[in-house]
Amino acid sequence: MLKLDDCTISSGDFLLRADLEIEAGSSIAIIGPSGAGKSTLLETIAGFRDLKGGQIFWKGKNLTTLPPGKRPLAMLFQDGNLFPHLSAAQNVALGLRPNGGLSQDEHQHVQSALVRVGLPDLGARKPAELSGGQQSRVALARILVQKRQVLLLDEPFAALGPALKAEMLDLVASLVAESGTTLLMVSHDPQDALRITRQTVLVADQIAHPPVSTAQLFENPPPALRDYLG
Amino acid sequence: MAGHTQPINPLPGVSAAVLVAALILGTLFMVALRAEAGGGFGPADWSALRFTLLQATLSALLSAGLAIPVARALARRRFPGRRALIALLGAPFILPVIVAILGLLHVFGRAGWVSEALGILGLPPIQIYGLHGVVLAHVFFNLPLATRLILQGWQEIPAERFRLAAQLGCEGLAMFRLIELPMLRRILPGVLAVIFAICLTSFAVALTLGGGPRATTIELAIYQAFTYDFDLGRAALLSALQLVLTATAALAALRFSQGEGFGTGLNRAIRRWDGGTPVLDAFWIIAAAAFLLLPLASVTISGIAGLFEMPALVFRAAVISIFVAAASTVVLLLLALPMATAIATGRYGIVELGGLLGLAASPLVIGTGLFILIRPLANPTTLALPVTALVNAIMALPFALRILVPAARDTLERHGRLALSLNMNNWSFFLRVMLPRLRPQIGFSAGLTAALSMGDLGVIALFADAQIATLPLQIYRLMGAYQMQAAAGGALLLLILSMGVFWILDRGGRWHVEA
Amino acid sequence: MKHLAIAAGILTATSAVAADKPELTVYTYDSFVSDWGPGPKVKEAFEAECDCTLNLVGVEDGAALLSRVRLEGENTEADIVLGLDTNLISAAKETGLFGPHSITADYALPVEWTDTVFVPYDWGYFAFVHNADAPAPTSFRELADGDAKIIIQDPRSSTPGLGLLLWVKASYGDDAPSIWADLADNIVTVTKGWSEAYGLFLEGEADMVLSYTTSPAYHLIAEEDASKAAAPFDEGHYMQVEVAAKLANTDQPELADQFLNFMVSDAFQTIIPTTNWMYPAVTPSSGLPEGFETLITPQKALLFDQDKAAAAREQALAEWLGTLSQ
Repeated sequence: MLKLDDCTISSGDFLLRADLEIEAGSSIAIIGPSGAGKSTLLETIAGFRDLKGGQIFWKGKNLTTLPPGKRPLAMLFQDGNLFPHLSAAQNVALGLRPNGGLSQDEHQHVQSALVRVGLPDLGARKPAELSGGQQSRVALARILVQKRQVLLLDEPFAALGPALKAEMLDLVASLVAESGTTLLMVSHDPQDALRITRQTVLVADQIAHPPVSTAQLFENPPPALRDYLG
Repeated sequence: MAGHTQPINPLPGVSAAVLVAALILGTLFMVALRAEAGGGFGPADWSALRFTLLQATLSALLSAGLAIPVARALARRRFPGRRALIALLGAPFILPVIVAILGLLHVFGRAGWVSEALGILGLPPIQIYGLHGVVLAHVFFNLPLATRLILQGWQEIPAERFRLAAQLGCEGLAMFRLIELPMLRRILPGVLAVIFAICLTSFAVALTLGGGPRATTIELAIYQAFTYDFDLGRAALLSALQLVLTATAALAALRFSQGEGFGTGLNRAIRRWDGGTPVLDAFWIIAAAAFLLLPLASVTISGIAGLFEMPALVFRAAVISIFVAAASTVVLLLLALPMATAIATGRYGIVELGGLLGLAASPLVIGTGLFILIRPLANPTTLALPVTALVNAIMALPFALRILVPAARDTLERHGRLALSLNMNNWSFFLRVMLPRLRPQIGFSAGLTAALSMGDLGVIALFADAQIATLPLQIYRLMGAYQMQAAAGGALLLLILSMGVFWILDRGGRWHVEA
Repeated sequence: MKHLAIAAGILTATSAVAADKPELTVYTYDSFVSDWGPGPKVKEAFEAECDCTLNLVGVEDGAALLSRVRLEGENTEADIVLGLDTNLISAAKETGLFGPHSITADYALPVEWTDTVFVPYDWGYFAFVHNADAPAPTSFRELADGDAKIIIQDPRSSTPGLGLLLWVKASYGDDAPSIWADLADNIVTVTKGWSEAYGLFLEGEADMVLSYTTSPAYHLIAEEDASKAAAPFDEGHYMQVEVAAKLANTDQPELADQFLNFMVSDAFQTIIPTTNWMYPAVTPSSGLPEGFETLITPQKALLFDQDKAAAAREQALAEWLGTLSQ
């Protein structure tokens, strides 16, 4: 269980409170108006921002003061998910060994992750030589080898076409289902949320609300969400 | 900035800065400690201060101001020989002062090419000696550096930004305001501060081109205090004044150069869609090339005959110079890389200040201070070469930082979060992300340092004995022995070697890197 | 770095070999030790007769040389300092670092030499050097009234520059500032040192350059080029006498005396004219090299007494700065 215990995030005029719990293994969409703090919430959970108050627990363990890399979670950003000077395979390998070389087995592991995301032959290419969809697949292959218990997606597929984005989301859904990973994904599009998540955290009016059923939320949206959906 | 945690340990960088500051301030302190009855500031010192500030300010403004259109023209034009031209433009910066003066005057002097051309048209020769001559010479030295630094700023703007601006239909002034002005705001203060600091310590150039004692700089007063008056207290006081002036300029630059980076880009080759005015760009490129290359051509022409008259000793000196340059470059990188990454975190601007002090420190003060320091421990003469290499590295440090810091900052901004989320440790981030991403900048700054070290007389004159001499020292010795022609040959050899190491290192950094 | 260590090692190695023999350390100016200066030949000649190692250490110039010795004080490595000139003698004596000598020689100097601490080894006259085919003024007055262009050195950073200052002062006394005021429009520029000035003159930047009466001898003898001449001035010419002395604290007093004796002997003095391009302090038995007879001989030799030189320098420098800074 991921627990945000009376958390306060603030910087300048910005303020967001979160006091909620998320079941391990669940898939959660984070939805809300632009600027409400969806990305900020993920960055805070990932450890890129300090809390003003409150604490974050994963399965009873206090994460609040851990540096990002020591937290049991992986994150994909809106952009910059790959190092441009490294090949696809080298980028994936970083998920396995961020600080050293790979053993023979681990090379195998990287290769099978590339195969799993549908890029068996493109390991030697640099990101600039890959299409947008292929770049996303490399990033997902790295997530795969990272084997973290929580996956945070900050709209990494926003730049992709609808069909491609749906394809990526399905790939994510199948990957998290295989491994039992807990998924938190920011989304602008209710269709994305409905596609792979059951529950939704609404971020609006300076509060990250506890998760509710995605389907129910859209059937009977609260005023803040109604304004956003238009 | 990428949040609060960063994949960089600033400790090595801060330590390097402390080391450099300790060396500069420590040597100054050692000199002050040896002061006997010292004289204070006289009216002559105040007028030297006024002239120093005036010429340094004008030189910095003019060098940077002229470099903007030149760099802009070079950034958006592609023509055969562009790379070679950019490399050659670096040459004035690395020439020994005396050679550069002779080259400049060969073109702009009373009997120079320009005056001769004017004579054919029945016009009087140009009057080069005066404040304008000092500024002209300093622009000659510093325009190439300013151009390279600003050009680098242009090349670090991701191609995506130009694409976006082109898509928005931006051209000319609008493109300039949208993309280029913010870049210049970020780069220019540092460029101005560096050139200002270089010109503060000008001595022989200012005096010779200034035409007389009106063009007295603080550095001349320091020299006089050291040699003819042996007034170490005054020397230390004047040197401290130089340091304060440079520190002020550096702090001002740091304050004004804060600005956002350009965010993520994916290494696409820069292509620009705004046409600009090719004629104007051509004008700037040709004018700058003529201004910078004509004096080099004169150095080359007068050196060719001398090349065959040089005694073998000159070649021996050349080999020694190459070793000194190599050692300087290694020391420089060991200092500059940790410092640049520490500065990139945005929290250690003071580290950059430490680096800039190297420019303001009078070589005489550093050399003498080191001499006093070393003497109780070892014979300073046997340490002449390592000390020269160290001092040359410290003198080159401010340039290297100006080159490395913007790229280090961008690398941290673009990749810091990802590295953190992957749990990369500081060392891995440095080795696997920072170094590869900075390769072009490392090549450029290593090339500059090697070339600078090769051409700099530095402190070797204070330490050297008969058996060991670097190429610049040997050139001075040839001139002192009336052997002007052989000296000109030595200068040409130096020019070739300096340009050679610069080209190899700079090109090596860019190999296989598109930008 | 490794190679640097090797290079440094070569140096240490040479001094290690030397440790077997007594070693005499002579501080001098850089152009003396340069491969084109007297240094290498002097070392060879002295070592041939002393069964010792002569260690020549070069420092930028005469003024820097004295600073170096003052910086090192009584612990200096130097046994002998060679290369100060008459203008520096009083400052050097004030340090109390130098000891008396017992040298007697038949000096060929135009002035009498009685100093008990410093021994002269060469001398020359300052003069303006010009192209022989061009007319040259015959006095400062004529130079100042004409439009010939000159390049001079800065008295604050160069020995010849200081020599010119004292030359004008010795010739005109209190009228020196008015001469400088009239010379102002003749001066193309003022350089840091001799090399810059002479280089610019050879490039054609000026009609004349401040140098020595012996400069044309270099062109004549080394380059077989008779195109340079020194202009004789009616006021007379200021002299530069270059001297050496032993340190009072030297640990090689006998060897130091032996060197000073060697210095005024034929072996040393024959080396000087065509390496340092100055007149030898003692004319060698073989006479001056062929070519030196073509040089001008000033009617009058000017030289301030060493105790007056310091005061004259201070006053002349203030006048010079005051006049030319306007």
